[in-house]
Amino acid sequence: MSETERHSYDVVVIGAGGAGLRAAIEARAHGKRTAIICKSLFGKAHTVMAEGGIAASMGNVNSDDNWQVHFRDTMRGGKFLNHWRMAELHAKEAPERVWELETWGALFDRTKDGRISQRNFGGHQYPRLAHVGDRTGLEMIRTLQQKVVSLQQEDERELGDPEARIKVFAECTITRLLLDDGRIAGAFGYWRESGRFVVFDTPAVVLATGGIGKSFKVTSNSWEYTGDGHALALQAGATLVNMEFVQFHPTGMVWPPSVKGILVTESVRGDGGVLTNSEGKRFMFGYIPDVFRSQYAESEDEGDRWYDDQSNNRRPPELLPRDEVARAINAEVKAGRGSPHGGVFLDVSKRLPADVIRRKLPSMYHQFKELADVDITAEAMEVGPTCHYVMGGVEVDPDTAASTVPGLFAAGEVAGGMHGSNRLGGNSLSDLLVFGRRAGLGASAYVNALGGDRARPRVRDGDVSAAAESALAPFEAVEEDGHENPYSLHQELQQTMNDLVGIIRREEEMIEALARLEKLKERLPGIVVEGNRQFNPGWHLALDLRSMLLVSECVARAALDRQESRGGHTRDDYPDASKQWRQVNVVCALDGELSAAGTGSIDVRRQPLPEMPPPLLELFDRDELAKYMTDAELDGLRRPVQPQAGAVR
Amino acid sequence: MISRVQVWRGDATGGKLRLYNVEVNEGEVVLDVVHRLQATQTPDLAVRWNCKAGKCGSCSAEVNGRPRLMCMTRMNIFEPDEVVTITPMRGFPVIKDLVTDVSYNYAKARAVPSFVPPPNLAPGEYRMQQVDVDRSQEFRKCIECFLCQNTCHVVRDHDENKAAFAGPRFFARIAELDMHPLDAYPADGRKQEAQDEFGLGMCNITKCCTEVCPEGIKITDNAIIPMKERVADVRYDPVRWIASTIRRRRPSES
Repeated sequence: MSETERHSYDVVVIGAGGAGLRAAIEARAHGKRTAIICKSLFGKAHTVMAEGGIAASMGNVNSDDNWQVHFRDTMRGGKFLNHWRMAELHAKEAPERVWELETWGALFDRTKDGRISQRNFGGHQYPRLAHVGDRTGLEMIRTLQQKVVSLQQEDERELGDPEARIKVFAECTITRLLLDDGRIAGAFGYWRESGRFVVFDTPAVVLATGGIGKSFKVTSNSWEYTGDGHALALQAGATLVNMEFVQFHPTGMVWPPSVKGILVTESVRGDGGVLTNSEGKRFMFGYIPDVFRSQYAESEDEGDRWYDDQSNNRRPPELLPRDEVARAINAEVKAGRGSPHGGVFLDVSKRLPADVIRRKLPSMYHQFKELADVDITAEAMEVGPTCHYVMGGVEVDPDTAASTVPGLFAAGEVAGGMHGSNRLGGNSLSDLLVFGRRAGLGASAYVNALGGDRARPRVRDGDVSAAAESALAPFEAVEEDGHENPYSLHQELQQTMNDLVGIIRREEEMIEALARLEKLKERLPGIVVEGNRQFNPGWHLALDLRSMLLVSECVARAALDRQESRGGHTRDDYPDASKQWRQVNVVCALDGELSAAGTGSIDVRRQPLPEMPPPLLELFDRDELAKYMTDAELDGLRRPVQPQAGAVR
Repeated sequence: MISRVQVWRGDATGGKLRLYNVEVNEGEVVLDVVHRLQATQTPDLAVRWNCKAGKCGSCSAEVNGRPRLMCMTRMNIFEPDEVVTITPMRGFPVIKDLVTDVSYNYAKARAVPSFVPPPNLAPGEYRMQQVDVDRSQEFRKCIECFLCQNTCHVVRDHDENKAAFAGPRFFARIAELDMHPLDAYPADGRKQEAQDEFGLGMCNITKCCTEVCPEGIKITDNAIIPMKERVADVRYDPVRWIASTIRRRRPSES
């Protein structure tokens, strides 16, 4: 394969969203020659779609906020299944990461005294989300993109070459990680534009590829979200945790059909939007679970008063964590109290004047006006759950973002553990920044420890030819293989996951899903691609489908294994959370190797959840912990937990 | 309902419009139709898209000759018997079908000097009033769909101007930095560069860019014209030129 285009880097970052760009910036800051590889154009990553904000306990709006309160909220949101160390690092470091963005040119909305404004969001005790209207993700991606450009300008001045130390390979898809004796040696991919192959020699790869939503029919995710990073990690021998936990955002558009699933930001509720059913009832008051009862308003009056006086009132239940709200909406619709198009009503027009809505929620105003002929300043929106985020992902070391494979790192949505069984809104953008940076650091330290060039792992020619052969297989398929259309196969996969491993799950359905996935796997080698290799979406989808199938099987197998309901995993047949299951992480790994057609089998095992150390346990009162933990775990506490008195400093 | 849709098919070596009959359902946008063509009739039809919600600026094209985002163009704005014609952006070289080479924009982005953080403020110490960031925030709404760059007649049919002309997107970028309350770049330097290095003077404010902006950014009125006015002021009035350099050095008081 001597004719294959080849590049050599210290660190290769796959994905150019928030986590990938932050990782690359950090690796470059530590003197590493860094490549950023992305499937789309630079600046189009899914991060741009994040609307609400970046959660960071800066305390600009309510000075009682601090990292401990943020940590508590995050653990509660994840139903105590989060990796405690990730949640701790995240809560501690998020403010610095947001302030850093300002020094790179970000312009957040301001408080009256000129600081970064912060808004309310589901599950967050205080106004905590730094934001720019409802386009925070765009601000973040643009800021990081422009920071990369400024580093390139530095290199141009210093070295005469803007791409000397950091280069973006846009519209390039990685299909295989290349290993040398179990360590990362490189990555193999193709240019979308030409279809030509490209090999990166690198000892360190940071996966920052985002999520898996495109395996589901109704989703807020873009086409890029095909679980590539999850699949690459499996292929390299790394493990995935918590794959059963998939977040269905409670409010996606439900009408017209072509926009079904497009996100309606949680800010609508944060800024006062209320949910009602077809009887006009604010049904969320009937869905406050016991574990949250003391923190939420009991009456509409109290909930309404909270918007003006948060010290003496409790928050309205519309601001419960997303899993709770999504399940409630699902239940209302099932009970026949849904809106005409199978959702419920979300109305902010009665709370805020039209001009304020247009200022605070400009994208939502525009989106409904343009796509659904609905004026949200005057009427209610129809909304329903949409597949939004996967909590599960690559099992990583919290401090370094290292996976179990030497040289392989992961950050952002593709990494698992941080959010436990359910992510709070706003904790994603902060996650990207905190762990993107840590992955860049971790990868740099790993490369340093390797020593000189001679110690670096080497890519084997045979692996490159095998990867090339595998990528070209869809062009080689013949009629006898079945002549499958990649688009039809994708639709079948989406329907299967949506219907059988969706928001509410039961054993028989998941077994059925696995059987269907097995059949789809058998049909995968029969995909026939028409046309040539130049910008051919049919071929691209055929390759992305491999990742989607592999990852879908992980979701289904892990979901079948976990016999309880918790966060983004609701079992009809096991409706309650189990204290025993809270101590368990379900882990997926590839059993054996991938076939030439990119299929493989998934092995599932259980392993203990890392135990939270006493100083962090003591941030909670014992009664609350008792709702989640076994007596044995509580007995293990060295001293009695102090009752929680106001803010913990 | 079945609609008649023409799509430009081809590559750098040439191509032509092809007519398709395709199903269109209630509420659908042009991008839905393109996706249906891929799934049912022509799987290798090349198109860029990402969010399908008007937020990423990937699916820019020309629909019946008008530059638009395909994801935000409803099919019901056309007459039922109207042939809908979808062509790639004309301002950039075609790669394949609806996909064009937009590298011009990334080259210009890299030429614009970056934000310079104020040397005397640590992270977390930035203080800015909302009214002072409003102006720059308007330009930061830009989703980089490059429809303005595609439309601008200075370069639309004049490739020869591209070297000297950054285009409306990057005038908005320069204006955004120029109006940033804490940017520590040399006073009036950005405006001057807009004129001297990025071709601001070539713009004759026909407002085509503003007209096609899917974010409704008033590029001409709020970015280009204020810079043109200031450049003229500063150029022709030495007293104002000195005054402006002094004014910009003072740290923000808010």
